[in-house]
Amino acid sequence: MSSEGQPRKTPLFDLHRESGAKLATFAGWEMPIEYAGIVREHLAVRMSAGLFDVSHMGEFEVEGPGALTFLQRVTANDVARLATGQAQYSALPMPNGAPIDDIIVFRRADERFLLVVNAANADKDWRWLSSQDHRGCELHDVSENYALLALQGPRSEGILSRLAVIDLARLAPFHFVEGAVDGLPAIVSRTGYTGEDGFEIFVASRDADRLWRAILAEGREESVVPVGLGARDTLRLEARLLLYGNDIDETTTLIEAGLGWIVALDERKGDFIGRARLAEEKGRGTRRKLAGFELTGPGIARHGHGVLQDGERVADVRSGTYAPFLKKSIGLCYLPSARSGVGEELAIEIRGRRVPARVVPTPFYRRSK
Amino acid sequence: MYPESCRYTKDHEWIRIEGERGVVGITHHAQSQLGEVVFVELPEIGRTLKSGESFGSVESVKAVSDLYAPVSGEVVEVNAALGKTPETVNADPHGEGWMVVLRILDPDEATTLMDAARYSDYVGAGA
Repeated sequence: MSSEGQPRKTPLFDLHRESGAKLATFAGWEMPIEYAGIVREHLAVRMSAGLFDVSHMGEFEVEGPGALTFLQRVTANDVARLATGQAQYSALPMPNGAPIDDIIVFRRADERFLLVVNAANADKDWRWLSSQDHRGCELHDVSENYALLALQGPRSEGILSRLAVIDLARLAPFHFVEGAVDGLPAIVSRTGYTGEDGFEIFVASRDADRLWRAILAEGREESVVPVGLGARDTLRLEARLLLYGNDIDETTTLIEAGLGWIVALDERKGDFIGRARLAEEKGRGTRRKLAGFELTGPGIARHGHGVLQDGERVADVRSGTYAPFLKKSIGLCYLPSARSGVGEELAIEIRGRRVPARVVPTPFYRRSK
Repeated sequence: MYPESCRYTKDHEWIRIEGERGVVGITHHAQSQLGEVVFVELPEIGRTLKSGESFGSVESVKAVSDLYAPVSGEVVEVNAALGKTPETVNADPHGEGWMVVLRILDPDEATTLMDAARYSDYVGAGA
């Protein structure tokens, strides 16, 4: 799948380069980081709408009479809760309760599912899933077939409605439909990674260029702008959406990360990889918890900075950034559970300075309905 | 683009010498590479800096860039307005976006810095 050396390029790469985007390698892909500026793009998504190329994400198809049984066994959430046309946030736990990856499961038919996985983990996920017992279903890596565009922000529905022959007003969050957008066959899903209303649109790779231009042209009145991975990161962090590799990894359990809500322990779900450990942790609690903080002194907390309580280093900043909408410096770190409550005082070690911070409620940003 | 009245460092600071005072900021090129500036950390007034010493930082959402003293001197003013409006560094890097004023200790040091034409060449055409 991925190759050493040369970074991979999405079907929209030439468009990004022509538009003057700042490009950088992320998870083995050469991706647009920013176009007009991270702050401007971030605010555009909060106030109006922004268009993202997230074609680097991986897509796996799971199909066959054994598909549901297989997915119940390898994911944390209850796949049986999904009707056809519904999507679900989930994870692929290991026996130790920590995730191989966090994923979205789409149910396209009774026995047909699409998994969307992180680009950085796609190879690892594929090896993991293929090595599990998957009798009665077939796994296909269909990442090459799809481009994935995300249109996010309060004006997204209006813009996309004018292009799609789909009743988007009736499409609920975490639901999707298969239909035509600008005449192109697409899967349109009311999902995203920004904390705003919005859509993710799967199209054939060869159609990506046309759809990208069509959405930008249609959204001119709403000032829709292209948005890079820089603002995608600040948007998701304001909304406390976790980033694999920063906030969660193979050493953090789903319960510690506050993802107990995607861990289904009911009878219908049955046993799954990691269940024993996760059930135990859900019952007795964990030693540490992922907590959100904001700086109360000047500076910007960043990934890897030390977190101190009573002068002692207790953690590292997992994600940290300047939050463009909130105009604050925010971050996430794992704190001892007993000292992770809202209002706890911290200090963040920023380039030799100790900057005061405190634990705050999350999500840092919640959109008004 | 780059005022003739200033001298420039390889680290993309400028200094405009006015008698024994030197006004210091970062160049258009530096701000453009950095992206939207969201935080500026400046030194305390009264601190004495050696030429090349780091005296603060300027940060965008994605990156942190150190600020280096173009010449040795004592910090006599800082642009406190940047605390509230760091984006001025992007809007007017060679004017309102100045960072500090130094009382210059050795006027000869500045002669080793680049003039506007050489700095333009240094950052390349179109930069």
